[in-house]
Amino acid sequence: MSDAESNINPADETEFEPTAPNTGEEFEPVDVFPDSDDFDLRPGADSCYKCSTCDTNCPVAEVDDEFPGPKFQGPEQWRLKQADGEHTIDDSIMDCSNCLRCDSSCPSGVPLGQMHNTARGEYVSEELDTFSVEYIRNRILANYRTSAWLASKFPRTSSFFMNFGPVRWMMDKVLKVPKERDFPPFAKETFQQWWKKQGGAAGSKERAQESRRRRGEPVDAEKKVAYFHGCYSNYNTPEVAKALVNVYEYFGYEVVVPEQKCSGTPMFANGMLDDARRHAEVNVSSMSDLVEQGYDAVASCTSCSLALRQEYPELFDIDGVDEVSDNTFESVEYLRIHEDIRGELEDAEVSGELAAEFGYHAPCHARNQGLERQAVELFGELEGAEIEDVGDSCSGISGTYGWKSEKYEKSMKIADEMFEHMEEGTDSEVGMTECPTCAMQMEHGTGYEIRHPMELIEEALLE
Amino acid sequence: MAIDSDVLVIGGGLAGLTSALAAARSGADVRLVSYKQSTLRNASGLIDVLGYTPDGDGPLTDPYGSIPDLPTEHPYRTVGLETVREAMSLFDEAAPQYQGEHTDTNALLPTHGGTVKPTARYPAAASAGVASDSRDMLLVGLEAMTDFDAGHVAAHLEAAGVPFDVRGETVRFPGDLKYDAKVTRYAKLLDENGKVSVDGTKRPARTEFIERVKGKLDGEDRVGFPAILGDTNAAGVRAAMSEELGADVFEVPMGPPSLPGLRLEDRLFEALDEAGGMFETGNPVRDFEADDGHVEHVLVEKNGAMVPYSADEFILATGGLVGKGINSDREGVFEPIFDCHITHSEDRYDWFDTEAFGDHPFASFGVETDSTLRPLDDSGSVEFENLRAAGAVLGGYDFAAEKSGSGVSIATGYEAGNTATMEAQ
Repeated sequence: MSDAESNINPADETEFEPTAPNTGEEFEPVDVFPDSDDFDLRPGADSCYKCSTCDTNCPVAEVDDEFPGPKFQGPEQWRLKQADGEHTIDDSIMDCSNCLRCDSSCPSGVPLGQMHNTARGEYVSEELDTFSVEYIRNRILANYRTSAWLASKFPRTSSFFMNFGPVRWMMDKVLKVPKERDFPPFAKETFQQWWKKQGGAAGSKERAQESRRRRGEPVDAEKKVAYFHGCYSNYNTPEVAKALVNVYEYFGYEVVVPEQKCSGTPMFANGMLDDARRHAEVNVSSMSDLVEQGYDAVASCTSCSLALRQEYPELFDIDGVDEVSDNTFESVEYLRIHEDIRGELEDAEVSGELAAEFGYHAPCHARNQGLERQAVELFGELEGAEIEDVGDSCSGISGTYGWKSEKYEKSMKIADEMFEHMEEGTDSEVGMTECPTCAMQMEHGTGYEIRHPMELIEEALLE
Repeated sequence: MAIDSDVLVIGGGLAGLTSALAAARSGADVRLVSYKQSTLRNASGLIDVLGYTPDGDGPLTDPYGSIPDLPTEHPYRTVGLETVREAMSLFDEAAPQYQGEHTDTNALLPTHGGTVKPTARYPAAASAGVASDSRDMLLVGLEAMTDFDAGHVAAHLEAAGVPFDVRGETVRFPGDLKYDAKVTRYAKLLDENGKVSVDGTKRPARTEFIERVKGKLDGEDRVGFPAILGDTNAAGVRAAMSEELGADVFEVPMGPPSLPGLRLEDRLFEALDEAGGMFETGNPVRDFEADDGHVEHVLVEKNGAMVPYSADEFILATGGLVGKGINSDREGVFEPIFDCHITHSEDRYDWFDTEAFGDHPFASFGVETDSTLRPLDDSGSVEFENLRAAGAVLGGYDFAAEKSGSGVSIATGYEAGNTATMEAQ
């Protein structure tokens, strides 16, 4: 018996009878929230049943009494805003580090990441004074690509100048960038410059075909990827990007490196959604053209892959955004899906510098994509190298978060557990992670040298 | 297709973890995939086998003694009494911080609502709180924690007729944490004896907390707290507090989010890792491809991309109505991945009882299986030759009324993991 068939006497319709509800008779849907261009986050807010799983995942709430936690920042704040027109976004949203632990933890599928990004965007555009030090500093940090581009013109001078005592003292005082941190050195040759020398896409095609011949695969196999290298592996750690190209070509993939800007991750985290959108438009446009031609996109930075896969479609309505999202992968994950990389690594061996015991930290953004165990799994049987998971804590730096003087201590407190596990759990002083800023934090706290999984794969299979 | 294993377990709760652990220990190459974090973090951390009969008789003294009398469709009857015992032994090995294995008799544990609950295993952290112990008890609540009202819990326990005197006191947690401070915040401060601000000076939180509780003690031999006593160093926190207070310290299990549940989750994943099992969390299994009644692979959705995960044997441990392993809409009740058959009335008004605590048919919704836990279709034939089900996705029992949820998950997980391994090899 459905509601429509239920036999209700109109005279009785004021009486509530739970086994035969008198709904559906003269029901007229009411548009509670009239047309608006804003995000409609109601479905997410309605799905929250307040189990607080998100709160127990929040690394900031664990160390900061003032931070009300993700359940408040997401569903509760959104409901409050609907209740009266006067409620504005609470300034505690700026204490969220955008680690997205809450986002992947919710058993009810509440899009906490989207809610936080939206709230932060609104706070920054409505509440934050654009002449404030906080705004200016955040804007500079969020637009790291611009600074890095400039610095890469004079890499030696920049590396020296950015870590020069008096300069750092000034930056701490004026811009509130903590003097305790070391700026990462800039590479003398960017990945892009190297890539051009390698002959770009044409060179890659030749090398990939050569590999296919060696592997006994059809020479014209449709194996092609578009590489989203991100800013950091272009300007700071080109060895990671080079390793990726070499490993992909080894497996017979043609690599192209399309026009790209910042993935937007630091911009989301600082509520600079307009900046993020401008960059996203460029990235989506060049990536979607390639996806249409049969390419898949791969990224070696787990925050970049997360941005393209999840944050873009959550926040921006750009032509092709869903197609790019559906066809973007983290670079090791992609090989796990399509190649027997596990088997090849089981038969391989590493010697030399990378024959070490790595303390592996899974970045929160890798966790969000379900990748927190892949390095441990892949390298478990690799002869010569060992890998030790240093636990599930957050590294605390969260991109630009730990680069703010007022957040520095909190960032280090969150990281305590990771530092401790790195030092207790491993004999060699090397660490491993996919995320450039997690790597910075790991190095900052322990003095370890930090490598990317792609570098170990390169060493194991190619060297 | 490169992501492959002998056994693939879908679901990261108690049933999924036990399945994977059993399979890994009997030599299978096993992978566990869980859409979200384990639901164990919402669980009290108590491991029940059977507290009441389906007719409501109880609390039962011996849970195992009543298993042969359960209805034939009950999952315990499917796997048999011996398997339940073996499965519990596996749990005892995997979770050494649990107690209760020395006896078949149910222990009686106080809950944060002040009731007394029959349970088969309990964390060492809760052991000094057992209600059969006649030592007097002090319960300590926190001013800023509304989920645990010590006075109320003590009064309820007294009304339940416990054989000891029990008193409730409330103290303020040092550092004046906010009313919505997370359980993880308390736990971390206690773990690390972290500094908090007390009357303008920085004081170690645990030391200061112990001082405050000391003043409330009146000769009781044991002191109970809401379950916030440490996370990574819980045993250390408890030992330090017991020594300073001169009384046994214990935790009363709480509602979600629950630290005892979190600790058990951590421990079981660690055990799976030690046994060589692989696992990943964060992406849902959406679909599958089968050939002639044989599941070839399932499709894991990764932000829109459907990625095949192949295996010889599959275990469905996706949970029940709460865990979303079983779903319903106005048209019917269904199992969302394989669309396994679930017996239910066509009229959805027959799915529930009008009394809130009545005998709700929905509570027993779930898949029916053959004797090796393979789901059956509506004609009683096996749905897929290499798919088994474990835990709350199974029908034929009402775990909330019987207090049998953990035991069924462990027993059926164990059976499914072992049988799948045997078939795969």
